[in-house]
Amino acid sequence: MRILLVEDDVEVARFVKKGLQEAGHTVEQAGNGRDGLFLAASEAFDLLVLDRMLPGGVDGVRIVETLRQQDNRTPVLFLSALSGVDERVRGLKAGGDDYLVKPFAFAELLARCEALGRRPSSEAPVTRLKVADLELDLLSRTVTRAGRKIDVQPREFRLLEHLMRHAGQVVTRTMLLEKVWDYHFDPQTNVIDVHVSRLRQKLDRGFDKPLIHTVRNAGYMIRAEG
Amino acid sequence: MAEGPGPAPTPPPVFPVAAPPGLPRSAPPRLLQSAAFRIALLFMGTFSAAAWLLVAVLWWATAGALDRQTIATIRADAAALAERHREEGLHGMIEAIEERLALDAAAETLYLLLDDEGIKLAGNLERWPTAIGEEGLWFRTRFDQGGVISEARVHRHDLPGLRLLVGRDESERVQLRLLLTEGVAWSLGGMFLFALLGANIVRRSLQNRMRPAVVTALGIAGGDLSRRVPLSDHGDEFDRLASTMNDMLDRIAALMAGVRSVSDAIAHDLRTPIARARGKLEESLATARTEEDWRAAVEQGIQDLDNISRVFQALLRIAEAEAGARRAAFAPMDLPEVLRDAAEFYEVMAEARDQRLETALPEHLVMVGDRDLLLQAVANLLDNAIKFTPPGGVVRLAARQDDGGIEVAVSDTGPGLPPEEMARATDRFFRADASRNTPGSGLGLSLVRAVAQLHGGEVLLEDARPGGAPPGLRVSLRLSDSLG
Repeated sequence: MRILLVEDDVEVARFVKKGLQEAGHTVEQAGNGRDGLFLAASEAFDLLVLDRMLPGGVDGVRIVETLRQQDNRTPVLFLSALSGVDERVRGLKAGGDDYLVKPFAFAELLARCEALGRRPSSEAPVTRLKVADLELDLLSRTVTRAGRKIDVQPREFRLLEHLMRHAGQVVTRTMLLEKVWDYHFDPQTNVIDVHVSRLRQKLDRGFDKPLIHTVRNAGYMIRAEG
Repeated sequence: MAEGPGPAPTPPPVFPVAAPPGLPRSAPPRLLQSAAFRIALLFMGTFSAAAWLLVAVLWWATAGALDRQTIATIRADAAALAERHREEGLHGMIEAIEERLALDAAAETLYLLLDDEGIKLAGNLERWPTAIGEEGLWFRTRFDQGGVISEARVHRHDLPGLRLLVGRDESERVQLRLLLTEGVAWSLGGMFLFALLGANIVRRSLQNRMRPAVVTALGIAGGDLSRRVPLSDHGDEFDRLASTMNDMLDRIAALMAGVRSVSDAIAHDLRTPIARARGKLEESLATARTEEDWRAAVEQGIQDLDNISRVFQALLRIAEAEAGARRAAFAPMDLPEVLRDAAEFYEVMAEARDQRLETALPEHLVMVGDRDLLLQAVANLLDNAIKFTPPGGVVRLAARQDDGGIEVAVSDTGPGLPPEEMARATDRFFRADASRNTPGSGLGLSLVRAVAQLHGGEVLLEDARPGGAPPGLRVSLRLSDSLG
């Protein structure tokens, strides 16, 4: 992916850029809002990573608002030191697609970048999701593995749907908490792990190949090969 | 090196104030710029209008009555003369006129009788007044009566071959008008003086009543937030304004205290974990030998930092809730739905620990509140309950509405808390003695308390099964349901 990073803190910018490059992405970087807006408006990127508060009179929210007015739909991930729920809502309202509060783990940032950058390009609604022999029917809301029906509860269905929509990508615990439960606080304990392991038990019972994998220090990933 | 004994530089003022505090008294506002003066002027205008109206009514009532009376007399007189003419002819009429003139000592009556050619037959007027034309029957004219110019009401009464004028002197009316004009002039002058005086008195008293508020506001602008507007015992609009101002100031002070308590908490309670993390890193620096050791030390360091930022985040949220800054996020919501969600979220944890999570929730219970904060408060309670209840236990989440408001309660069958610890349980960073080895920041219940207070309520801790062994713990949030 070609990613534009607009971040004024030199050190944060350096390690984010390095990390994203190591993950195989091309990264352009701007140190203030005006340069960032110029780059974002004049070149094509797959993803913008914007700090919310930027020097130079143009902050992250302004950049997004300006781009959206010009009908530029490039996905935007906000990085911000402002942690309030209201701040998050403001960022998303302006046209941001995701919001990550500093300090963050790089794995979290990377997972969110990849989730945003590889969103399905076609607008046609997907009705079936498939990973290896696991199938999810979004219309009848049924789960089958190798043709055998698996009973899941509604929330487990949504959890599995989210994992499968991002098959092959890391999905972090916080992402699951936000996207599946719409919770924006720290549950302090490993509740998400318990939910995932229950789902995993249901999916893998009677099969020798596990589908949901734990990625150390990051989160979970659903993929065909173990 | 210590600094020399030279004069220490004066520190800049903490709160720079644009203008030196001054009172309105020091520079009296120009009269028209004073709201009080304008109000007084308005009153004066209103009173003048009322006075003019009064005079008009008075004039109509008195002068009008006089006029009507005069007209009636003249008409009766003329009719009587005409009657005499019909009965006794011209001579009788002339006689009658002369009789009347002879009896009229005060010279209030006017008569003139002319024949066809305009020759005077009788009367005390010398000639036909020019003001009286051929048309019309009633006239008002001036005439000279022994050197005195007087005003009169005159009636023309035509008889066959004769022209008769009958009039009455109206000097009374003139006098009345003079009297009224004089009276009005005096009273208007007096009123103007009183209005000016009143305007000044009103202005001064308004300024006096507002001075405490102005002095207080200036003091606050100067940096002293502890000032409050003194209340008088009038209980009037000014006192209401003053008490509104004081409420506002209390609120600001509470917000600032909230901010201050966060900085205190950060200073006191983040230093400890930072010191701990720093110590561990230093120790690793001195003792780590293998790649494995280094990696473990760095990972430990990252974990410690994450914990610190978690504590930091929790402190911020508590402060936000305590200061009421998040009232903006209040919205109507269906509480049982939120609670069922939370219960479902934590149920798997309870099951994993071989516990049962029960709920007793009403179908619907709409309240106005902050969904995220309430959710987090309930999550903290459920998390605590599950953490401290032994396997096989029961955790119960219940909500109900009664006269006192809304109660959300989480009870468990765990070991409970001794009374002295219950009292301190919602303090920041409080950890029960028995829980020293359980992970947690000691901020969970502080947040619950802050959230309850934000929703106009409180937190109660009690034994879930009083007298039972173990007693269990029941934590309830009592929320006000009348928050707008």
